[in-house]
Amino acid sequence: MYGWEFPPHNSGGLGTACYGLTKSLSKLGTQITFVLPGLSKIPSADFIKIISANTKTIRINSPIIGYMTSQEYFKIDKNDIYGPTLFAEVERYAQEASRLAKTEKHDLIHAHDWMTYPAGLKAKQISKKPLIIHVHATEFDRTGGHGVNQHVYKIEKLGMEQADHIIAVSNFTKNKIIQHYHIPPEKITVVHNAVDFTNFKSNRDFKINKKDKIILFLGRITIQKGPDWFVYLAKRILDYDPNYKFIVVGSGDMEGKIIEKAAELNLADKISFTGFLRGPELDQIYQMADLYVMPSISEPFGITPLEAMRNNTPCLISKQSGVSEVLHHCLKADFWDINKMADQIISILKYPEGYQHLKENTAQEIKKFNWDEPAQKCLSLYKKIGETKW
Amino acid sequence: MVNICFYFQVHQPYRLKKYRVFDIGQHHNYFDEQKNKEILKKVATKCYFPANKVILNLLKEHPELKVSYSFSGIVLEQLEKYSPKALNLFQKIVNTGQVEILDETYHHSLAFLYSKKEFEEQIKMHTKKIKQLFGQKPKVFRNTELIYNNQLAKHIEKLGYKAILAEGWDHYLQWRSPNFVYQPPKTKRIKLLLKNYKLSDDIAFRFSDKNWKEHPLTAEKYAHWINQTNKNGEIVNLFMDYETFGEHQWADTGIFRFLASLPKYLLRFNNFVTPSEAIKRLKPKDTINIPHLLSWADTERDVSAWSGNRMQQSALKNLYQLQRQIKRKNNKQILNDWRQLQTSDHFYYMCTKFFNDGDVHKYFNPYDSPYDCFIAFMNIINDLKTRIKKS
Repeated sequence: MYGWEFPPHNSGGLGTACYGLTKSLSKLGTQITFVLPGLSKIPSADFIKIISANTKTIRINSPIIGYMTSQEYFKIDKNDIYGPTLFAEVERYAQEASRLAKTEKHDLIHAHDWMTYPAGLKAKQISKKPLIIHVHATEFDRTGGHGVNQHVYKIEKLGMEQADHIIAVSNFTKNKIIQHYHIPPEKITVVHNAVDFTNFKSNRDFKINKKDKIILFLGRITIQKGPDWFVYLAKRILDYDPNYKFIVVGSGDMEGKIIEKAAELNLADKISFTGFLRGPELDQIYQMADLYVMPSISEPFGITPLEAMRNNTPCLISKQSGVSEVLHHCLKADFWDINKMADQIISILKYPEGYQHLKENTAQEIKKFNWDEPAQKCLSLYKKIGETKW
Repeated sequence: MVNICFYFQVHQPYRLKKYRVFDIGQHHNYFDEQKNKEILKKVATKCYFPANKVILNLLKEHPELKVSYSFSGIVLEQLEKYSPKALNLFQKIVNTGQVEILDETYHHSLAFLYSKKEFEEQIKMHTKKIKQLFGQKPKVFRNTELIYNNQLAKHIEKLGYKAILAEGWDHYLQWRSPNFVYQPPKTKRIKLLLKNYKLSDDIAFRFSDKNWKEHPLTAEKYAHWINQTNKNGEIVNLFMDYETFGEHQWADTGIFRFLASLPKYLLRFNNFVTPSEAIKRLKPKDTINIPHLLSWADTERDVSAWSGNRMQQSALKNLYQLQRQIKRKNNKQILNDWRQLQTSDHFYYMCTKFFNDGDVHKYFNPYDSPYDCFIAFMNIINDLKTRIKKS
């Protein structure tokens, strides 16, 4: 399995998903060698983090990190052995990582998102084993459809064409793959994501003060996640009722712009920015919130609403998301429909029976989303692809 | 020979607007006139026109054919406004003299469960509307969604009705067949007609189901099933939504051809009756004790589709709490809005019972989710409260 990142060194949902899936697959008896990029600076204990007896992780020395853009790659300090550009480095990484196909025994290759597709394809050439690529996001999601990087698009398309099968994290994503990459539908299987339940439990009440309702945004602060829409939403709500607080958790390329926008709209004292959080702090902030909002403009899946629900916090999610296909007990709106979202938030918090009903059902529904089912689906697919291939 | 009693329910609600919290105090247009008009016209095209034509022809062709209808007051209002031609066809059907019309609550409401006074007022309104449009005075009553218990039967008897309809649910029938006329306990005259849900649902729900082993259902085969009940029963009550024809079962399923050829086969060995004729002709076989609320909805056949969760309960409580204030104010517009909010469909849209499986509840729901319906409804209640205070 080729991935980009793994908790605790993750910057987004991809690492969380890979971790959850790997854990459940190994529980089902699958032996996994998880290959991912990493710097030698990371302490060695993390290099061979043992998930289970069935799993080992191998890090290939590379400065690539998840969700990195070409510009970000330019800015980092690079050792001479690394490629001069992001794409050169992805290529160099593919050479290094695919070499493992000679030494590591395997029956099938499973690669997660575009940075690992070249490595997966090269490994397939070496070992002649079937390749499954797992699409957690496409370039169209990451850019919101504007300024699609042609180089990334080509890598994605080549990976999709040459892979033996494709896993998409939702029908939403499957349709994007058909529409933008012209892949036949029968080559794509949808496996919805899930959530890990080993979260931080506490009986403490994390509310800031009893009077204010707390609305949470949590995600990378980048165009795909709709942080700007969250700020407009805050404005719309506060114009109606000042007893609200908004929290923005995460970091990303739009962080400065969003902070400025909040100040410009006179919301500086109403919106707090916490930066990137992980572990117990992450669960605490979910528990602190009365409602979690995911206003993504294009979300292939969206694990964060499941994380919120795991912490007993109801959600409002954008209809432009994969998770909205499988989640029923939550509020849904188009990401641009600020009026509707503001109405849903104010109203559901105003009428306690509705909020309580939602909360109770949230707690019920989240139980369905454990990683065993997606892992089982992957395993069946491995068997099917394996049989036709071997 | 067995008596066949066809009864069709005709109803369309006034659907609510997506009324936002920001609208409270700003405007009082709660109902989505545009959408209601569109839906009524669509249903008229798909169901009322073609079904009425088939029925009217059948009635002319077979003078022995009898059918009965119940219309909610609010579907009649909407027909008057948006499709007077379809209404005219209904009137022609009634004018054949082979048709009986039943009474119900004008607003297709759950008023019996929350206010007996309001319940009676809505029945009165309905009786008046039926008299005005069809020139009949109904003698038989059917409650919203066939919601029924012993207490309702007694209440309805006091209002002078001769019969009442209910679901023929095995739980209460036990070893008995729904194919007889019965009597509710501790009543003097009123009779109970029970829906044969198996035979009714063969048409209403299963007709186009390709996984059903009887698919495709022909009129001949269906008539044969009815003939078989002859050994165990005197009457087969086939109760269903009129929208079954063309709206629930689309025209391309062959439902209209089925309907058009059915009487011919049925009349060979059987006979048609209206509910009033049935109770004149047939003696009650037994009393059926139904102490708890029974309806024709879902597998539970209870009222949980409308009042099973706390959102529904809260919405209903808030709505009926306003009754005294509203009636004291005597403001026609407020009273009318309040009554239109009582239509059972609004609460049905808030149901989360089978939400996970995405079934029939979802198909007919104009909202994205039950939560959105609850939100709009509660915002409207709050606006209504401000209007009551001001007026």
